[in-house]
Amino acid sequence: MERLTANNITVSYKGRKVIDDISVELNKGEIVSILGVSGVGKTTLFNAIAGLIKTDDGTIMLDGSNITGTTGNVSYMLQKDLLLPYKTIIDNVSLPLVIRGEKKTRARDIVSGHFHEFGLDGTQDKYPNQLSGGMRQRAALLRTYLFSDKVALLDEPFSALDSITKSSMHQWYLRVMEQIKLSTFLITHDIDEAILLSDRIYIMAGTPGKITEEITIVNPEPRNEDFAVSERFMEYKKYILEKLKG
Amino acid sequence: MTRKLQSTINKISPVLAIAAILIIWESLSFTGIVPKYMLPSPLDVVSAFIKDFPLLMMHAQTTLTEAFLGMAAGTVLGFVIAVLMDRFHLFYKSVYPIIVLTQTVPTVAIAPLLVLWMGYGILPKITLIVIITFFPVTVSLLEGFRSADPDALNLLKAMGANGLQCFTHIKLPSALGQFFSGLKISVSYSVVGAVVSEWLGGFAGLGVYMTRVRKSYSFDKMFAVIFFISLISLILMLLVSYVRKAAMPWEKSEKGQN
Repeated sequence: MERLTANNITVSYKGRKVIDDISVELNKGEIVSILGVSGVGKTTLFNAIAGLIKTDDGTIMLDGSNITGTTGNVSYMLQKDLLLPYKTIIDNVSLPLVIRGEKKTRARDIVSGHFHEFGLDGTQDKYPNQLSGGMRQRAALLRTYLFSDKVALLDEPFSALDSITKSSMHQWYLRVMEQIKLSTFLITHDIDEAILLSDRIYIMAGTPGKITEEITIVNPEPRNEDFAVSERFMEYKKYILEKLKG
Repeated sequence: MTRKLQSTINKISPVLAIAAILIIWESLSFTGIVPKYMLPSPLDVVSAFIKDFPLLMMHAQTTLTEAFLGMAAGTVLGFVIAVLMDRFHLFYKSVYPIIVLTQTVPTVAIAPLLVLWMGYGILPKITLIVIITFFPVTVSLLEGFRSADPDALNLLKAMGANGLQCFTHIKLPSALGQFFSGLKISVSYSVVGAVVSEWLGGFAGLGVYMTRVRKSYSFDKMFAVIFFISLISLILMLLVSYVRKAAMPWEKSEKGQN
């Protein structure tokens, strides 16, 4: 069942095409990676889907309605956690509800129910600078989820973390995703991360950026570290590396 | 142990420096190297302060009222101007040079003019204080608004936030730190502004007191009132620091920040 489709998206910046005729789709509960080198236009594609920039051409459909060029439909999370330093974690997480017009106290009540699920117990009244990088990303993801439980766009959410934290965050992420079934587009330039986390991978390459390949990761249940060292994982990786070289 | 000693030394060194200055001053005056009628000894200054304390308090009340009213109006004006400049680029372009110009005009030069226009009451004093205090607030706030993280703004926009929400959730809190730095400057300006405007005419206030004791060559009282004014400015600046701490509780938790 399709949740979000982006059809024939073209975006130019200062008269130069940045991404050209890109079509991607996301099914309900699916995690789909968009993999490519830096500067290929992955973030531009996200900005277009989020409605933050104008597209030259193409349409974006969410659950059958056209959302091209409008904001507030899909949630967005960046590599920087962008937790506001002057708000406590619970107020940071409540932000999407408050923006939607919910009362502050009511928003707090609603969001506090999710803290356990996201492994954030006890952080409610802390300020972001009192938390570790991993915990901050968790809070940022919870905020993302509370903004829209339909579709999340995650732009390199784990790339600023050290490799040990990153690995444990991957485990945490898969565990949480199993519960909340959030349909997710994930931008990454980490091939391992893409294979480990995704159901499907789009490879983006060229100038202007195009989708050059679509790979389905045949579901390795349950996903865990064992999968990351399995033969099949290595085959995927080899295949992707070849495709990335062009 | 050594670290504790180090911090103790750090703490008492400014006190020692001030004590040294006072001792030199006292001995200069005591030995008669500088005649006593020109440079009263620190002890004379203290006794003058104690003797005139009720009078000084009465005048301080007037000065502080002017400073407070002027500051409040100046801060509100500064805030409004900063918001408008941040919101409307054309307003910024056209008004900013004029605002800078108002700051190049020396206070002492416009004060008599204001007295001529508005008389000897409280109005010219407050006007002068507004003119000199709104500027630090405007500039610091404007810079604070600009320092807001564009990614955070984008995130809020992606959530569907409107302009007002972007302002209250991102821009305003991002500017708080700079705002208080500006306010600290404004506060000390406001006291100085009040005193200067009182020199030029008025019936009460520390500036009026200053003019009177100057005319009677009471150097001890001159010094007493000068120190008193510095003390008031210092206390007000301290007050701003406390308000800042109360208004920005997240700063306290910042690592490596005092």
